[in-house]
Amino acid sequence: MNADQADAGAESPAEDILRTAQRLRQGITGDLHEYWVEAIYADAARIADRAVSRPEKKARPTWDRTIDRIVTSRLWGFPIMAVLFTGMFWITISGANIPSGWISNLLIDRICPLLRQSADAVGFPWWLKGLLVDGIYLCTAWIIAVMLPPMAIFFPLFTILEDYGYLPRVAFNLDNLFRKAGAHGKQSMSMMMGFGCNSAGVVATRIIDSPRERLIAILTNNFALCNGRWPTQFLIASVFIGSLVPAYLAGFVAAASVTGIAMLGVAATFVISWLLSRSVLKGEVSTFSLELPPYRPPRIWQAIYTSLLDRTLFVLWRAIVFAVPAGAVIWLSANLSIGGQSIAEHFVNLLNPIGLLIGLNGVILFAYVVAIPANEIVIPTILMLTVLTTGSTAMGQGAGVLFEIQSEGALRELLHSGGWTLLTAVNLMLFSLLHNPCSTTIYTIYRETGSARWTAIATLLPLAMGFAVTFTVAAIWRMFT
Amino acid sequence: MSETNPMPNGAGTACGSCSLNRAANLKRLGVTMDDWDYVVALAGNPNVGKSTVFNSLTGLRQHTGNWPGKTVSRAEGGFEFAGKRFKLVDLPGTYSLLSTSLDEEIARDFILFGRPDVTLVLVDATRLERNLNLVLQVLEITDRAVVCVNMVDEARRHGMTVDDRQLARDLGVPVIPAAARFGRGIPEVLQAISDVATGKFECRPHRLHNEPPAIRRSLNELVTRIQDMYPDLPNARWVAMRLLAGDDHVHAALRNGDLGSAGMHGATGGRTESGRAV
Repeated sequence: MNADQADAGAESPAEDILRTAQRLRQGITGDLHEYWVEAIYADAARIADRAVSRPEKKARPTWDRTIDRIVTSRLWGFPIMAVLFTGMFWITISGANIPSGWISNLLIDRICPLLRQSADAVGFPWWLKGLLVDGIYLCTAWIIAVMLPPMAIFFPLFTILEDYGYLPRVAFNLDNLFRKAGAHGKQSMSMMMGFGCNSAGVVATRIIDSPRERLIAILTNNFALCNGRWPTQFLIASVFIGSLVPAYLAGFVAAASVTGIAMLGVAATFVISWLLSRSVLKGEVSTFSLELPPYRPPRIWQAIYTSLLDRTLFVLWRAIVFAVPAGAVIWLSANLSIGGQSIAEHFVNLLNPIGLLIGLNGVILFAYVVAIPANEIVIPTILMLTVLTTGSTAMGQGAGVLFEIQSEGALRELLHSGGWTLLTAVNLMLFSLLHNPCSTTIYTIYRETGSARWTAIATLLPLAMGFAVTFTVAAIWRMFT
Repeated sequence: MSETNPMPNGAGTACGSCSLNRAANLKRLGVTMDDWDYVVALAGNPNVGKSTVFNSLTGLRQHTGNWPGKTVSRAEGGFEFAGKRFKLVDLPGTYSLLSTSLDEEIARDFILFGRPDVTLVLVDATRLERNLNLVLQVLEITDRAVVCVNMVDEARRHGMTVDDRQLARDLGVPVIPAAARFGRGIPEVLQAISDVATGKFECRPHRLHNEPPAIRRSLNELVTRIQDMYPDLPNARWVAMRLLAGDDHVHAALRNGDLGSAGMHGATGGRTESGRAV
């Protein structure tokens, strides 16, 4: 009934009140807003005082404060961060191999031949069987085998650390650096989210109020290694870097190299933030207060449960959704020929000169084009195309067929035969860190900034950096070898 | 969605259907909320466990983390309790409702224009005074609220106890002690929300009354006028105060009708006629 009244009277009642308010305001002196806020605070203090009883004795320094003093100290803060993260990567790398083997044994050695047989039994034409089984099914199976175990180990560990309350301390440690780089301290939070997923990280920059600082945070979020790229790092690190040292050190050295890449990403975040805030995005640094929450005993089972559901399965599902069309594209591009060469070979040959110049190769660059929708499928694509171009039918099962990797040794053999060196591996790890964001993230950036220009910059800037860095590394490498 | 089973678990067992068994009356609905009887807003300072409470009420798994500022946008979910369907809206964590940042504006706008049937304010027992600043501001705007004092376990660890009865007397709304991480206090919170929503519990929220004597006459005049125009506005005094303080946001809201009309704000979505409370 009241709503009707308001509708009927439309303007007049509200305008009348506003006019009265305007008139009455003239007669008021002093800041009423401030008075009101102070009154609230005074009442809050009075009520709290009546309701809370504290012990007489002065509380002795709590555990929380002692731990905080260590993990946020100038001297120990960063080393502790490095050790914790390396430890996490080490557990991930050394723990993931065995279940990966089981899964690939099941999905690829057992189920795949069954599927082939049943396709034959039903009487599928060769191309349909190839597309469905050798393309789509194998690509999906590969992604599950490569991604599931490391994620199922890494994400619960990360969630437990988060649950315990360590992340705000990391943010606290980084805050000072961000401020020096001319960015907002809260950017450390969105960066933390970026380590899970850049798209989520870009959305998380909403916590930054200043548009200038928010833009810096969006443009640099891609330098935080995301879910889709961790498996690439873990795999290449354990196959190439870990094998440089004796076996008992391999896991540790591989983990340290992944930490190094992640830290390099953090460094890139600072450098680019600094450059942006000195050039196109000049302005004042805004301050904020960061509350360090109390440490809480992590709820281990809940952390495992939610991280498996929220992160692991979510990411895996996304990877599978993209793997299905990607598997089809890979198989088709490897089996459709133009002028005696398959489409994939055309592309790879086209990209090879650029690839070799920057210490990679045409296969890797083509894989990155195919993997624009999802970084997760980079490794499967590279392996498939390597089999194709080296023509090593002994290893695989012909053109465009993703194959099983029995051991790391076999994988290394294959990649060596594709012309890979240690330089290729190092540069692949670098390029995996520094290249365009996936299409989901690009779309998110567009939605959040509403600007095609900034979206283009956010997309091309890391790509340009990737080319520059890998080119430089390759040039220096060749000088010494 | 099909109609829900009126007796959620164990229809045959006496315990499941007993009205004393509050937890058994809870049916988590996740995001499947087509229509609802009541809207509940969830407010509180950053990192007091809003997402944890949200999850345990709705059965959703919104990501929780032990750090402030994690819920960026509003999350919505639903639950059914004692035969009524509740829509729960998780607001971003704020220290105040002064609308100085985007978060504060989102939270304030929702309580102000969304007119939730109940606002559940979550407070951290270990930092009660600072948290009460927000509670008092919420109570200025709405007269239907429940305060949940979370992390009482943590407070006890620091040797503090919170007298929830005293607090309830001072605030004039139900006050429930809880340790949401371990599910303690959640059934009582549910009951309190239900009581306030159905009108079984009538809130007499704490309001500021010590305005400067110099403005008392002006304030009263304006309040009377606002109440004449909008008799079911729950916060005439607050609106008058904001207008006198020159709050452009409230000024604009009154002019364009967001504040005056009793209907829901556009952002909240429509509410079914049958579900219209009171």
